[in-house]
Amino acid sequence: MRIVVLSKPVPDPASGQERLTPDGRVDRGAAPAVINGNDEYALEAALKLAEARPDEEHEITLVAMSPESGRDAIRKGLAMGAHRAVMVIDPALGGSDWLATVRVLEAVLRTLEYDLVLAGADTSDGVAGVVGAAVATRVGLPYLSYAATIEPSDGRVRVNRLTATGHEVLEAPTPALITCTQALGAPRYPSLKGIMAARSKEIEVRSLADLGIDPATVGAEAAGTTVDEVRPPAERGATRVIRDEPEEAARQVVAFLAERRLI
Amino acid sequence: MAGPVWVHGELGPDGTLARIATETATAARDIADRAGTEAIGIVVAADPSGAAEELARFLPRVLAVTEPVSGARTAAAVAAERIAALARRDGIGYLVTGAGPEGRDVAGIAGALLDLPLLANAIALGSRGDGPTVDESAFGGKQLTTSSFTKSKGVITVRPNAVDAVPLDIPGRVEPADLDEPLALPVVTVVDRVSAEAAAQSIEEARVIVAGGRGVGGPDGFELLRELADALGGVVGATRAAVDAGWIPYAVQIGQTGKIVKPQLYLAMGISGAIQHKVGMQTAGAIVAVNRDPDAPIAEFADVLVVGDQAAVGRALLAALRDRSA
Ligand SMILES: Cc1cc2nc3c(=O)[nH]c(=O)nc-3n(C[C@H](O)[C@H](O)[C@H](O)COP(=O)(O)OP(=O)(O)OC[C@H]3O[C@@H](n4cnc5c(N)ncnc54)[C@H](O)[C@@H]3O)c2cc1C
Ligand SMILES: Nc1ncnc2c1ncn2[C@@H]1O[C@H](COP(=O)(O)O)[C@@H](O)[C@H]1O
Repeated sequence: MRIVVLSKPVPDPASGQERLTPDGRVDRGAAPAVINGNDEYALEAALKLAEARPDEEHEITLVAMSPESGRDAIRKGLAMGAHRAVMVIDPALGGSDWLATVRVLEAVLRTLEYDLVLAGADTSDGVAGVVGAAVATRVGLPYLSYAATIEPSDGRVRVNRLTATGHEVLEAPTPALITCTQALGAPRYPSLKGIMAARSKEIEVRSLADLGIDPATVGAEAAGTTVDEVRPPAERGATRVIRDEPEEAARQVVAFLAERRLI
Repeated sequence: MAGPVWVHGELGPDGTLARIATETATAARDIADRAGTEAIGIVVAADPSGAAEELARFLPRVLAVTEPVSGARTAAAVAAERIAALARRDGIGYLVTGAGPEGRDVAGIAGALLDLPLLANAIALGSRGDGPTVDESAFGGKQLTTSSFTKSKGVITVRPNAVDAVPLDIPGRVEPADLDEPLALPVVTVVDRVSAEAAAQSIEEARVIVAGGRGVGGPDGFELLRELADALGGVVGATRAAVDAGWIPYAVQIGQTGKIVKPQLYLAMGISGAIQHKVGMQTAGAIVAVNRDPDAPIAEFADVLVVGDQAAVGRALLAALRDRSA
């Protein structure tokens, strides 16, 4: 199987250092980049699909639109077991809005061959959860979202899609685009062998010109949205600490809830 | 005049109007009033009439699109394609959807079809001039932003509980809008729908969440949390540690790779407050934590921390709540 994983380098949430610049862009210098959490689940799902079919040939390709600073994160994806990567790096992409991202990912997909495209359900630095749906729509792929399971067979794919109260069983012909959740299973750590192998794997870098995209149509100038203000959240008041016995503690909690009109 | 403000009439799993649609409708009315244009709801279903009537309590005009295939295909794709067709026919200023799975899918597909900019996960809406501004929270509430559209057009996804739904004094009217052109997006078939037991209320819409972590100790421990949730009119949520242990389904996981929630009350039982959990819940109205470790990270952002055993405090709290309502 040929599987493309849309993998966004994001500032590491575990660092606790993520922040926006005053003009509302993700501050890439503030925290080291990692592959977005849900995209790692997507990559893990791709690796498992390949491993479950040892008699077939597989190619797992990571695709990222990211500045140079995302390269180490993508390298880690290769160390986990992806075969190659395509990174779209171009200074004109700074400050792009979501449509530019969709356009770039669409353009890359049009140059690749694949049976499945996997994306994350959403991102920790944007959390929009819309890029997968839009890319599928633009490329003309069936779109299956919020996958908890992925079962391809005979030119079709079946997905359990998580809903608010249960799941839907979806089916579509391949190639198809699927957005992935943590329910697919925890991502593996790269092995030492994987890390060594990744050193010689190819990260193909493409520019906007390579993709035939006019730089004037992307980036901050072309964006349909602007961030007008960035501010810290309102301070939460000090924490009230209750150390009494359960009954007394419960009484105080009830009083607090009543005071806040929550009961 | 600017194009209309369209509202996705999201349906719940049982086919009735989802509560989020009443909130997005209220937001859309404000946007339309300021822009001097009309807010129009769209309900797409095999039988849209009931949900359309409900949405018309919040909007002056609702289009009911009868789509016999909507049960057999993914609802979001069918709705998004019909919304895009109506927007092409009648013009568009903004499209407002919920920020849950259904709303995001509609926003992503319709936004791509209509080539519209997008602002996601509004936690509040405002205005500048005659255009809307959208407040978003970055990195789970570490920073807040206010954003706007440069060309007076776009898609806005709105988080549940960000807007208080306000019905109109006089309900609006429902009009049938049947579109002849065939659906053109690639077909995704819904083979089956499975409802988890007792999953009545969606966790993203809940006003009260009683969440449990590793400190709850096991699946049986969650029984007490369910009773507390019932007593408070809320639902049960969990950390990834509790989900990974198999104590409770992933559907109710809160955090970075689970749901992002903003209830009025978040009761955290045996939860440390790790950063990946915090980003999913720290914008809750009030946070009450029960933890036997006074130095757990959650102590830094809870409004109230009870230091003690979560089961003992939970039982006492349940008794106190029941006494109160007795
Ligand atoms: C990529 C990635 C994504 C993640 N996404 C998420 C996510 O979406 N959501 C999420 O929640 N986590 C997520 N995590 C995991 C997160 O880092 C934490 O491991 C997790 O939140 C911890 O859950 P917990 O608080 O239940 O457990 P612990 O951290 O083990 O805390 C248990 C707490 O319970 C207290 N306790 C124990 N027994 C009792 C008792 N009897 N009475 C009272 N208190 C007691 C302890 O003092 C402790 O503070 C993610 C991690 C990664 C790497
Ligand atoms: N710049 C990017 N490079 C690669 N993939 C991306 C990028 N932006 C978004 N994606 C994919 O789209 C998913 C949803 O992103 P979002 O809609 O921004 O939350 C991510 O989980 C990725 O799989």
